[in-house]
Amino acid sequence: MEKLVLARRASQIKEELRQRMRNHKQVIDVSWGDPQSAGVKPLSFVRQVLAACLYPDLMNSNTLPLDIRQRAQRLLGECAGGSVGSYTATAGISEIVYRISEFITKRDGGAPSQPENIYISPGSQWALSNILKVLVNSEASPRTGVLTPEPCYPLTTFSIKGLGGVTVPYHLSEEQGWELQVEELHRALDSARGVCNPVALYVINPGNPAGYVQSRKSMQDVIRFASEKRLFLLADEVYQECVHGEKSEFLSYKRVLAEMGPPHSDTVELASFHSASKGFLGECGLRGGYVELVNLDPDVMKCIHKLFTIDSCAPVLSQFALDLMTNPPQPGDPSYPLYSKEIQHIKTMMAHNVKRVFEVLNSLLGFSCQPLEGGAFAFPRLYLPPKAIQKAKEMEVEPDMFYCIRLLEEAGVLVKPGWEYGQKEGTHHIRFCIMTSEDTMEEVLSRLSSFHTQFMKDFS
Amino acid sequence: MSTQAVNGSVSRGKVLTLDTMNPNVKKVEYAVRGAIVQRALQIEKELKEGVKKPFTEVIKANIGDAHAMGQKPITFLRQVLALCSYPALLEDNKFPEDAKQRARRILAACGGHSIGAYSASQGIECIRQDVSRYIEKRDGGIPSNPDNIYLSTGASDAIVTMLKLLVCGEGHDRTGVMISIPQYPLYSAALADLAAVQISYYLDEDKCWSLDVTELKRAVTAARQHCNPRVLCIINPGNPTGQVQSRQCIEDVIRFAKEEHLFVMADEVYQDNVYAEGCKFHSFKKVLFEMGPEYSSTVEMASFHSTSKCYMGECGFRGGYMEVINMDPEVKAQLTKLVSVRLCPPVTGQALLDLVVNPPQPDEPSYSMFMKERTEVLAALAEKARLTEKTFNTVPGIICNPVQGAMYTFPRITLPQKCIDTAKEEGLAPDMFYCMRLLEEEGICLVPGSGFGQREGTFHFRMTILPPTEKLKDVLQKIRDFHVRFTKQFS
Repeated sequence: MEKLVLARRASQIKEELRQRMRNHKQVIDVSWGDPQSAGVKPLSFVRQVLAACLYPDLMNSNTLPLDIRQRAQRLLGECAGGSVGSYTATAGISEIVYRISEFITKRDGGAPSQPENIYISPGSQWALSNILKVLVNSEASPRTGVLTPEPCYPLTTFSIKGLGGVTVPYHLSEEQGWELQVEELHRALDSARGVCNPVALYVINPGNPAGYVQSRKSMQDVIRFASEKRLFLLADEVYQECVHGEKSEFLSYKRVLAEMGPPHSDTVELASFHSASKGFLGECGLRGGYVELVNLDPDVMKCIHKLFTIDSCAPVLSQFALDLMTNPPQPGDPSYPLYSKEIQHIKTMMAHNVKRVFEVLNSLLGFSCQPLEGGAFAFPRLYLPPKAIQKAKEMEVEPDMFYCIRLLEEAGVLVKPGWEYGQKEGTHHIRFCIMTSEDTMEEVLSRLSSFHTQFMKDFS
Repeated sequence: MSTQAVNGSVSRGKVLTLDTMNPNVKKVEYAVRGAIVQRALQIEKELKEGVKKPFTEVIKANIGDAHAMGQKPITFLRQVLALCSYPALLEDNKFPEDAKQRARRILAACGGHSIGAYSASQGIECIRQDVSRYIEKRDGGIPSNPDNIYLSTGASDAIVTMLKLLVCGEGHDRTGVMISIPQYPLYSAALADLAAVQISYYLDEDKCWSLDVTELKRAVTAARQHCNPRVLCIINPGNPTGQVQSRQCIEDVIRFAKEEHLFVMADEVYQDNVYAEGCKFHSFKKVLFEMGPEYSSTVEMASFHSTSKCYMGECGFRGGYMEVINMDPEVKAQLTKLVSVRLCPPVTGQALLDLVVNPPQPDEPSYSMFMKERTEVLAALAEKARLTEKTFNTVPGIICNPVQGAMYTFPRITLPQKCIDTAKEEGLAPDMFYCMRLLEEEGICLVPGSGFGQREGTFHFRMTILPPTEKLKDVLQKIRDFHVRFTKQFS
């Protein structure tokens, strides 16, 4: 319930500020991985195609570039009755699903992707919920367990518990740049003995909240572990377009698995997730995601299909967003120059934000931040003075939650406390989105620095 | 790299098998997108590949998808949504001012002024306020609190969420959920998935599918032997049956729910789809409040609406909402937490819903075209409802109740014993056998009554009344001819 406390307080403060313009400041909300709400503009070509598909009248003039109109025409032709208001096939419009499979194949250096293994859903969490539902038997005794990273994206752990499952945390090693160490996987699995029946291993790469990008070797270790211990591998890869570290490269679990060859490539059961919410598109509000299922039992696939049929289908515009994400304008297309400019702008913005966040946080006494290799967030460690920890105790909130409440009330910046994600006992963190406009990032860092310096002084 | 990498033809025991998976999921069936639809898709593929068939297209009269059958979207709705998607169009004078004004208002309520930002999990606040105002206006002024409105990814999402919240207990104490027979199979699928106990109550086919409280009483009393009945689901106007419940009936149901201490789930997604003379949509909430405080302050209820049906037919947007009434505040807090798992409903669906509850007013430029389009759609549906009932009732062996509302007809078909026996041999329900034959011979895809539930020994099919009038006439004739042929063949 404490999470609701912070959210409620945030709404309260936003309302107060709106009414009284306290300190002439507006609340900056960087608590979600939501680039567009933080000032990042949507890609023009995406929105133009969506507008033309919504209101085809727009295609009767030159208001929109030719390639946009052609794309819209093609997409509408792939819809029943030529309308985005129709239901689609359960897994998504078949031509779009096919194109997504082609994207995956190309992304993965030729490792083939089969369209019939792909399901589009209203956001990746929706698809993840469905797969978890198949894995987690709420009536089982002992309960079904899923290994999850610590820190972890809380909605996933919430989903697992909501389905009657148990989370088995494996700690990421902060001092080693949040590295996933296989020994830790072993320890976590051992700890589950007698407590639950672990069936799956959930990994997030690039990470959330911690901004790591796994190396190929690390991923091979994970795959070998999953294979050896007979665990279903759930790979949350929604931040695959968000790679900042110069030496970092995103490799998909599918690709690493395929390139390991048999027996692993033929046997390890894998579900990988992607989304239109993050990366360059940042279309969180459209709710578009997909899951690719690899090496699953055909009978289980039939059950999974039936589960997806209950939801009818993903919103059509979301399916379009995924199509556009996986098939952007190419050089020579009329939309390409603007698209290219917008992408470059986002890249420059991210490079700036990553550099500034890293240097500012590490320059502040009481903060330390691991290198931001990927993802959409900074998850710096907070070294809170004992007096602050004491005060938090008196207020009956977690210390980093106390810090966040103060930060909101005094500096008008909304971030998330580390305790929501899980962290090593006695450590504290905050998480904030770094996929914001440069101005917003500078403002956040400026306010955070002032606040932090004062806070550390007040509680020294 | 192995080319067999895809569905594991290597014989190593899989981690996830039918034996190790969640057993509840195995019981999930959703007939509307079930086996017959798979076959229809296969046939469409074959047609595309040039395979010769007795028909040139498959008519998918299995699913309540108006646009797929050629119904045109409402201009105003699409204009506003286009403006919301690509706000540069706000400078384009091809768009009317009232559309622009609504787009600006919606965008102002979005993070970063963009429909691409997450919204609050419960839905954008000003849209929930608009939904409340719509409900108040619809229900003659009975107050609606925006805090009790939850926007959702289609009504189905809200229905499943509510059921999740309501289903608990073990063994004898397991939640029992009352649902009509016939019913929309989302309910049976969700109940199977949640391992809830389904308590079936039969609608009376001879009385135009009306609901009789004595039948409700029978069902709940029997159910108390083995479960804990806590929920009563009712679809009004009905799916697949199309019946529009009378006000008296709704009052009786509410009284029954209070006596038996049941949570009422009122699925009202077809509330604008009422065609028959003498029939009127009465919202459960309105009737509840007009029954006075003894009921209105005690009966717990959730009503559901959607952007997929009515005159909009915008299934592909997945827009909807539910209004919860008299919900315990602590439970409501849990509900709010539960909906946060999916982050938020699609913002485009929320925007669409806003326009549905806030349509052009008489003094606005888009009003006349909006009303013209809306009236045309509903009038066409009413005409097709009449045509369908009339045509089917000319066929010996088909009895069709009046299509009072919604979008479907659920006629009863007489099947010869030989058909029933043959179907049994093939392991199919007799009406599935019938529908499969119809699909193969005429390219018409319907859903067999067995997918919705029906009285033992009776057979039905559900057909949508959505194809354009001329095509519908053709479909009706083909089904008539098929039925006569089929009956002869199997006599």
